[in-house]
Amino acid sequence: MLTVRDLRVHFPIYEGVIFDRKVGAVRAVDGVDLDIADGETLGLVGESGCGKSTVGKAIVRLVPITTGTVTFDDIELSKLEGVELRKARRHVQMIFQDPYSSLNPRQNVGSIISEPIKTHSLRHGAAVGQRVLELLDAVGLPRGAAHRYPHEFSGGQRQRIGIARALAAEPSLIVADEPVSALDVSIQAQVINLMEELQQQLGLTYLMISHDLAVVHHIADTVAVMYLGGIVERAPADRLYTEPLHPYTLALLSAVPVPDPVVEDRRQRTVLQGDLPSPANPPSGCRFRTRCPFVQPRCAEEQPTLRELRPGHQVACHFAEELAEQRVSVR
Amino acid sequence: MATVQEHLQSLMGNRVVETSGSSLSRETWNRLRHNRVALLGLGVIVFFVLIAIFAPWLAPYDPRATTWFDQIRPSSVPGPSREHLLGLDESGRDMLSRILYGARASLVIGVVSLAIGASIGAALGLLAGAFGGWVDSVIMRITDVMLAVPGLLLALSIAAVMGQSQVAVMVAVAVPNIPLFARLLRSSMMAERQKDYVSAATSVGLSRRPLVMSHIVPNSLGPMIVQGTLALATAVIDAAALSFLGLGSADPGVPEWGRMLANAQRYLNVAPHLSIIPGVVIFITVLGFNLFGEALREALDPKLRR
Repeated sequence: MLTVRDLRVHFPIYEGVIFDRKVGAVRAVDGVDLDIADGETLGLVGESGCGKSTVGKAIVRLVPITTGTVTFDDIELSKLEGVELRKARRHVQMIFQDPYSSLNPRQNVGSIISEPIKTHSLRHGAAVGQRVLELLDAVGLPRGAAHRYPHEFSGGQRQRIGIARALAAEPSLIVADEPVSALDVSIQAQVINLMEELQQQLGLTYLMISHDLAVVHHIADTVAVMYLGGIVERAPADRLYTEPLHPYTLALLSAVPVPDPVVEDRRQRTVLQGDLPSPANPPSGCRFRTRCPFVQPRCAEEQPTLRELRPGHQVACHFAEELAEQRVSVR
Repeated sequence: MATVQEHLQSLMGNRVVETSGSSLSRETWNRLRHNRVALLGLGVIVFFVLIAIFAPWLAPYDPRATTWFDQIRPSSVPGPSREHLLGLDESGRDMLSRILYGARASLVIGVVSLAIGASIGAALGLLAGAFGGWVDSVIMRITDVMLAVPGLLLALSIAAVMGQSQVAVMVAVAVPNIPLFARLLRSSMMAERQKDYVSAATSVGLSRRPLVMSHIVPNSLGPMIVQGTLALATAVIDAAALSFLGLGSADPGVPEWGRMLANAQRYLNVAPHLSIIPGVVIFITVLGFNLFGEALREALDPKLRR
């Protein structure tokens, strides 16, 4: 069970020739709450630069947390430091986006996979090698791969190596940061299916970070939509795709092309104008108001909080109810 | 359908399961082996190393013996002959023997000064790259100061303070190399540390020492090796320059290419071969190291790798 409460990650901006002076902060993550039940998958979606990767990295403590708490199975990860943190890292592992830079080119695959096992003394002596072979089997790589080096593998195979490394630590939670977006579409399905199989076999909990709505729809139980450092909507996967309530989610979903020219031609699309505002200087009130097609005066004054509109379906929009009705009437 | 897939998989599986993998160093060597320029450079280096080692057996005469001094006139120095293949020098010593023995001084000074400079530089760079923060700032400011003084000037003043000796030359050649190596290692460590595999190793729970020593450092050494080869060439030239300026060994009998060049300048009109021969030998040695260094840089460059 992962619980994230009011997570904030602010990167300070320094200025000055000799002495650095803090002049501001990039609010990459600005108050995020997340809950993932054991064995479930939460999909975190959003456009580039919205802070979704930073959330993942903060949970595995790869970036410093400014404020907020991250608790996993009664371990308060956000509080730990030094040796305790290193020991606790075993429980939460990460799969990286780029299968090329995420493997040390000078380590052979056996050494890459055995590193977590040795670091946490999970096996000893010959059992380490045995465990490496088990893991290679589990991710569908030939056993001979153990003696080979990363550059001899394709992107999909490398991602399997990355998954095997994550599994080697015997974690309960895996944060997958865009695990398939660097892969060919045909390979994406294989890797996603592998991740699903492993989840069923090992009872893993996933935080799946992606900008690909189709991938998230396929694997996630719950989906959270992020915009400019905050979560704007959270709902069970099917509900979110069939009945989006936040204008940003609407726009995101309408950007997905429909593979039918007639439907594609006729359907109504919400096209967003402008760029993502700078997270160093976010807009007042609602973060999305600068690009929202339904913006009202109230949006600039008051920041909407995430509220439960339907059972299990939360939205951060003042006018979610009206929007839901309007949308029905338009159709 | 399933059988086709199985068949494909078994085929691909067999291809992947070879006896052992090829590491990057092995691949680099393979690449170098097929590069003619690299082999030429390596050949030159090996040639001069062998000469330095076997000088006593190769040299026809004692390089210090001034036996033929009576043949030297201010207006004429005997050139190459059957007895003396490269002629005599201005003190009536056999030129060939002095060149052969001179390889020792040049290479030893080059290698030792490089070893001193690179190891101190690497140690500083390692500290800066591993700890960052104020450790990094302090070390980098020190290297800034060292870089602010021109290399040869720094070397000259060190050699002047330490007096005439080969040790002084080595130290003098080594010191200007320290900031170069420190900065190089630090910057490549900084670049490596941004990569995902370092994040992966961190999230696995590795502590700083194995993280730095078994992940960051091995991947940061490529530029150091290249810089080392190129700096060796510079060290040979600098050593020659210092002894040309009269800061080499106190004993004038010790054969050094730089000093041979310095002593020969008075006879440039009369006996140009006295300057040309050591000059050409220095040139070829430096060229050998440079060719090999450049080829190594190419072989290690990830952009050129398949």
